[in-house]
Amino acid sequence: MNTVFKKSTPGREGVWPTKPQKSAAELLPAGLLRGKSADLPSLSELDVVRHFTGLSKRNYGVDGNFYPLGSCTMKYNPKFAETVAALPGFTRLHPVLPQLKGAGRLCQGALEVMYETERLLCEICGMKAFTLHPMAGAHGELTGVMIIAAYHKDKGNKKTKIIVPDSAHGTNPASAHIAGFEVVNLPSKDGIVDPDELAKVLDDEVAGMMMTCPNTLGLFEKNLPKIVEMLRSVDALLYYDGANLNAIMGKMRVGDAGFDVVHLNLHKTFATPHGGGGPGAGPVGVSERLVPYLPISRVEKLEDGQFFLNYDCPKSIGYVAPFYGNFGVVLKAYAYILRLGRAGLTRATEAAVLSANYLRKRLDKVLEVPFDRVCMHEFVASACNMSECHVRALDIAKALLDRGYHAPTIYFPLIVKEALMFEPTETESLDTLDQFADDLIDILKKAETDPDYLTGAPRTLPVTRLDETRAARNMELTDDL
Amino acid sequence: MPYVPHTPEDIRRMLEVIGAPSVESLFDEIGPAMRPKSFDLPEGKSEMDVLAHMEALAAKNVSGQVSFLGAGFYDHHIPAAVDALSMRSEFYTAYTPYQPEASQGTLQAIFEYQTAVTRLTGLPYANASVYDGGTAMFEAAMMSVRHTGRRKLVVCEAVSPIYRVMLNSYTSNLHLELVTIAHKNGVCDLAALTKALDADTAAVIVQNPNFFGTLSDFSDLFAAARAAGVVSVISVYPVLQSILKSPGEMGADVAVAEGQSLGLPLSFGGPYLGIMTCNKALVRQMPGRMVGRTGDGQGRTGYVLTLQAREQHIRRQKATSNICSNQALCALRALLHLCLLGQEGLTRTAGLCVERAHYAAERLTAIPGVELLSGAAPFGNEFAITLPVNAYQVIDKLTSRGMVPGFPLGRYYAGLENALLVACTEKTSTESIGIFAEMLRGNL
Repeated sequence: MNTVFKKSTPGREGVWPTKPQKSAAELLPAGLLRGKSADLPSLSELDVVRHFTGLSKRNYGVDGNFYPLGSCTMKYNPKFAETVAALPGFTRLHPVLPQLKGAGRLCQGALEVMYETERLLCEICGMKAFTLHPMAGAHGELTGVMIIAAYHKDKGNKKTKIIVPDSAHGTNPASAHIAGFEVVNLPSKDGIVDPDELAKVLDDEVAGMMMTCPNTLGLFEKNLPKIVEMLRSVDALLYYDGANLNAIMGKMRVGDAGFDVVHLNLHKTFATPHGGGGPGAGPVGVSERLVPYLPISRVEKLEDGQFFLNYDCPKSIGYVAPFYGNFGVVLKAYAYILRLGRAGLTRATEAAVLSANYLRKRLDKVLEVPFDRVCMHEFVASACNMSECHVRALDIAKALLDRGYHAPTIYFPLIVKEALMFEPTETESLDTLDQFADDLIDILKKAETDPDYLTGAPRTLPVTRLDETRAARNMELTDDL
Repeated sequence: MPYVPHTPEDIRRMLEVIGAPSVESLFDEIGPAMRPKSFDLPEGKSEMDVLAHMEALAAKNVSGQVSFLGAGFYDHHIPAAVDALSMRSEFYTAYTPYQPEASQGTLQAIFEYQTAVTRLTGLPYANASVYDGGTAMFEAAMMSVRHTGRRKLVVCEAVSPIYRVMLNSYTSNLHLELVTIAHKNGVCDLAALTKALDADTAAVIVQNPNFFGTLSDFSDLFAAARAAGVVSVISVYPVLQSILKSPGEMGADVAVAEGQSLGLPLSFGGPYLGIMTCNKALVRQMPGRMVGRTGDGQGRTGYVLTLQAREQHIRRQKATSNICSNQALCALRALLHLCLLGQEGLTRTAGLCVERAHYAAERLTAIPGVELLSGAAPFGNEFAITLPVNAYQVIDKLTSRGMVPGFPLGRYYAGLENALLVACTEKTSTESIGIFAEMLRGNL
């Protein structure tokens, strides 16, 4: 498809406002004005509608396709949450309103949503307090690690290192690094963190450890109580990457298990579709001793029931967002939690884990599953056993695209060769899981007789495999390069 | 149970295949010590009941006031087609385009977004966006630190204080020095900024229009920066970029922006859009995703995520940034907004904003005791006035009468307690400006 810029026809009228009476040239000095036009396209509304409707047809999405994409929780998200986020009473609210003294009365409903969401997340996770400010999961990680840094600084501890197991999300080490820490990599044993290995790297300079649990192999870290004890002994804090909270709701609470910091990816567990890569939200919860370090501002409730924002937080790490995080995403999460309630959230977790284990058992006879035991919300298989057919994980992924499925996550986690990571989520029916397993088994059979069926895939999509080397070499990042 | 489709018979069959006695047995590895001490949440509600509850909460927000609030975040008209197209589920429910053959729609849209924002800023390269304008500014600062190996950032005090406080938090653990150069009555002090550049300076960071709404030509400052090996970073307001001298024309190295004004509702602070563009020398320091054009084996054009070797899922702690997402849907909305308005529509919008702001300034400064803070300095869609009384006092009086007159500059700038920042957009009617002037006159 041509780019939208190629479809421009000079003079064609779009959604134009009325013409100003004076031109900018009459109101502003000439030296401040552009010489060269920005050259945005001239299109009618229908031109734009056709172009983008056409583009949308060149995409898979959860509403049309099953997405067993490990680590990403591509479940179905109910539509009513969008209705909530689009209520004009929320969308029209200017974010600086609470900074005008007395004008907090103009946004009591929004402040109440924030206050109540924080309370609900505290109860779900067993934490003392939450901040909604971080705007994505990785942003939550950074905020959480900054809080760990502030805690140690305040106590006068000289701590320079953060331990990150090799089975953790890739963002963990990057976030710890951006927060100023040295990252210590911890190899896992039998798929999980091993206390003996931990003992080898644990010393007084360790500020904390970031754990993804269930980890990226979909395995529960059953040595947690021991790990908590070991970290406590050197005054190191334990960080929980809660990106996959749909694996544990109602079954375990992060705070009760001894963690001090947790971030959640609201968009994964709590009803925001991924939007092609964002926006999300990454609220952070903390234990009691870390509350003073939370970002500015804090939403609080007065005795008369009024809500206000407290900007007086002397020990805070400061501001991590311009305002209060991605409020539109928070709204959806709040409405979703109210809709499901206690039993519904527990049931969602049970269904996610049940579905993952079912799919694992349907596939473990045709694919190698390196840690073939009860998994949580996802599991990792390996395509190593397909190498004699000269077929790789990538080829299996592409063949699945031809059958109308999004591929599982491939080549991640890095600790499994030819990894295929499956997360069916709680919202897919047994029929869908069965049909998917049948299709995948059929694809693997074809690999034995007709490997080209896989290596030449996909064939049914707008393009076949693309030349990524050329893209990196040419760096053609815009229509003008 | 809503959204979970398994019937009791399904569950029985699934457990049989798994070989597990019960669903609960799948959680056996969570030992008793780790089990929840409480899980005291309300019971679930019907969709109808949740919607009613949310509508009641929305109604507790007082809307319908006439507002002159801006401070970098503006209430613009959003064409209806932006909502209609961005809510197409193929865009909305798609994942990050890691499987490019099944994601050409998202990828081409991001490529077009990258093109549109580079045209606005006049710099050749863009990423697929970051969280917001403040994050974009911090990431631009970090690009300069990596590029130069220097650790000092010179920041104009007229850069949004909302972003400067974010810069403070993010740099506090990174041993970077932030040097703030005072504004002069809301105008950037170009001489002092130039003087502050030295061999330790990684970047000079400015904003146009600045937080007070005033406009500058930073060409000379950026030329001096280039001569001193300093990276020039500028934050801009994308709507006005249709008419204002572009960062590229001024010689900037990195231009960032808050993209909220392009098709995103105010929504109490987010989700927004961090726009980042740069020149060629800095492109490999850019954080986040980027989409590049390439082809398939049959000669068809296609798009992929590219230069991923910079990113955290490959580089882990050595990545350019920890950012793992982009604001793809917000970027799509910005692109739709720009396409629907087009060059003429965005130019008209900018013209209307500037025209209304100048009319408002004229009406307000006709009131005895009310003056422009920046005197004759040129401004765009926003301007600061000084009042004979504390600005909070005026805000308090007028908000209770359905008018939000602007932002109190004393909130961030000591000594400006009597100053009010007033913004206009194309939605600000001349009638409402007249009412504002009358109300202000009556409440001083």
